Amino acid sequence: MTPKRKRLWLVVGSLAVLGFAATLVLTALNDNIVFFYSPTQIAEKKIPPERRFRMGGLVEAGSVKKSADGQETRFRVTDTHKTVDVVYRGLLPDLFREGQGVVAEGSLGADGVFVAREVLAKHDENYMPPEVAKAIKDAGQWKDGKK
Amino acid sequence: MIPELGHFSLILALAVALVQGTLPLLGAARGDDRLMALGRTAALTQAFLVVLAFAALTQAYVTSDFSVANVVANSHSAKPLLYKISGVWGNHEGSMLLWALILALFGAAVAIFGAGLPDTLRARVLAVQALIGVGFLAFLLFTSNPFERVSPAPLDGNGLNPLLQDPGLAFHPPLLYLGYVGFSVTYAFAIAALLEGRVDAAWARWVRPWTLAAWCFLTLGIALGSWWAYYILGWGGFWFWDPVENASLMPWLAGTALLHSAIVVEKRDALKSWTVLLAILAFSLSLLGTFLVRSGVLTSVHAFAQDPARGMFILGFLLLVTGGGLALYAWRAPQLQGGGLFQPVSREGALILNNLLLCTLAATVLLGTLYPLFLDLLTGNKVSVGPPFFNATFVPICAPLFAALCVGPYLGWKRAELWPALMHLRVAFIAAVIAAIVAATAIDGRATLAALAFGFGVWLILGSLIELAQRLVRTGFRLPPRAALGMTIAHAALGVVVLGAVGTGAWNSELMQTMKPGDRASFRGFEVTLERVENLQGPNYVAERATLRLSVGGKPYTTLQPERRLFTLQRRQVAETAIHTNLLRDLYATLGEGSAASGWVIRLYYNPLAPWIWLGAALCALGGFVSLSDRRLRIGAPSRTRPVVQAAE
Repeated sequence: MTPKRKRLWLVVGSLAVLGFAATLVLTALNDNIVFFYSPTQIAEKKIPPERRFRMGGLVEAGSVKKSADGQETRFRVTDTHKTVDVVYRGLLPDLFREGQGVVAEGSLGADGVFVAREVLAKHDENYMPPEVAKAIKDAGQWKDGKK
Repeated sequence: MIPELGHFSLILALAVALVQGTLPLLGAARGDDRLMALGRTAALTQAFLVVLAFAALTQAYVTSDFSVANVVANSHSAKPLLYKISGVWGNHEGSMLLWALILALFGAAVAIFGAGLPDTLRARVLAVQALIGVGFLAFLLFTSNPFERVSPAPLDGNGLNPLLQDPGLAFHPPLLYLGYVGFSVTYAFAIAALLEGRVDAAWARWVRPWTLAAWCFLTLGIALGSWWAYYILGWGGFWFWDPVENASLMPWLAGTALLHSAIVVEKRDALKSWTVLLAILAFSLSLLGTFLVRSGVLTSVHAFAQDPARGMFILGFLLLVTGGGLALYAWRAPQLQGGGLFQPVSREGALILNNLLLCTLAATVLLGTLYPLFLDLLTGNKVSVGPPFFNATFVPICAPLFAALCVGPYLGWKRAELWPALMHLRVAFIAAVIAAIVAATAIDGRATLAALAFGFGVWLILGSLIELAQRLVRTGFRLPPRAALGMTIAHAALGVVVLGAVGTGAWNSELMQTMKPGDRASFRGFEVTLERVENLQGPNYVAERATLRLSVGGKPYTTLQPERRLFTLQRRQVAETAIHTNLLRDLYATLGEGSAASGWVIRLYYNPLAPWIWLGAALCALGGFVSLSDRRLRIGAPSRTRPVVQAAE
């Protein structure tokens, strides 16, 4: 086989694989992107129920309530401008605390309560998810030095 | 006093690195032996100085010297010794110092074990290694000095993040860094080869052991991190496609591709230019990983204290390393002509397919990881790309890779026939199909994809083992070369990982129940009784410990004691899971919040084949180490007999 033929084979093969991958990636991106909305954006946008998205902000002080069996938690998430009611069934991550930043993934129920399917755990108490920081900044309440 | 000594030796190390990064290059260009010989001395001196600095910081941690700001922020006198030591790298400054330390040690290792290298090549490799070192040492000294003092010194420190106070995570960063930084040697070899304008079989033989060592450590590091996440985060998962995890997966994929393409350069003198490119990319991806983890540009569940400003420095350095490397590559690579010709169906062809698929996988992960960043910059939309994306892209691309993996070793160099190779594998194929069908019908009828993946796992294990068995029969039961043996182990181990991932991911079951002492529940055939919940006092925490008694058909089976620790200093809770394993499945229990009045939330998981994930990963690394012990791969072989493994580091 001549070098030219060999190169042709290589190019054809590579293009086939890359094309396959590109198709997968594009369809997957279309279907599987999860948007992040702050409580303010949730109030402004009409997000259809059942649509999966992420939301985040601060867990409002005094808002965390456990159900009788201890498995369901209700709390409010605020960006200091608007708040959203959240319900979550399951064990909360160790760092979940009132006044701390939180990111939850789930969808809005028909009653407007955000049903969280996942509450993201953070490993570091000083860590503020960038989206949450931005959401609070956008609401105009960010104090510098509070990282 | 000692912290200042550490600080000074760090400054001296930077000065030495500057010398090491310039003069040997000049010497290699001019053919000046004395300047070239300087590289070796400088590399050893630099390593000595960085070891000194690291020892100084370790001393400050072990003796709880609270006049050092870094110790105050990350340590506490009541902490167990192990975590005082691991606290050294459990923070930004210390982990960067660890990075610089490993970099310098690798440089010294090249200086020591590279005696058989041509003088110019060694001088250039050491110089490039030193230039990378200059970047990191300057980064440490100018932005993240670990030796900064506080005055007056506080009486005690703030303690280490409780999640990091765990044996698994104590050793995760050093292993991971041995992997990341190990690729710097490969990068240095690639740049040196471009400067020399020559890549040949000898070059590939020198590069491969370093790549292999880095790859083994990276494999172990990733596995340890994943294992840690599995048992400490308490939700039974082992891989979350989180940006920080992806950051370590990308260099692993590129490194795996590099391992395979270097074989072609060594054996057939082909694919040179591609291999050099891969070496540049593998290290660039390691740096990208460091950048993603350190800068916090992406939301991650594994995010630790981060600083965007320092991230910018790493980003600049990344651009310099990648851009510089690629520019040099574009300029010099066309000179790397040549190579043996081969047919598409041949060992070379199979390895090209391997590279193509592995690089596509790496690109997919890269795209999924960085896409939120791009979209944010372009449109301001905040999005996240999670497991569904990777399941839809990464997994399908794995299928052809796994399918071809067992066939490759049967193909000869230059040209081969596909059909005889496939006939050799018919037993493995039939077994895999049966396994998939059994999995689909007997275990879970809905999880078709899982059944398919299960079949692939069986195919990988059997295919690799059958190849070894046939080779043994052919050679009259003489053990094959260690490199071939290592390959079989690593390939079969991949199958073990796949089986473990499928078992845990697709066929696990869980139970969440609120229980009071004396309450019973039944779970997967086990009778679960919550006997008691008691309070414990640890060295720097208080804990609630539940005792769950599990019995089968009235007979006691085992006791699980999950804990919930409250670290008094940080007021932070950490769940300590209890796991009972019989190597075929894990029984996994976590204790949630609760009280005697309302009961405690208990969560139980049944994770089939879960231990196989880490067992397989460890076997994979073992395969790498076995291959590394092959005589041919020793630098300067056969005249020198010292092994290349730097395991002691």
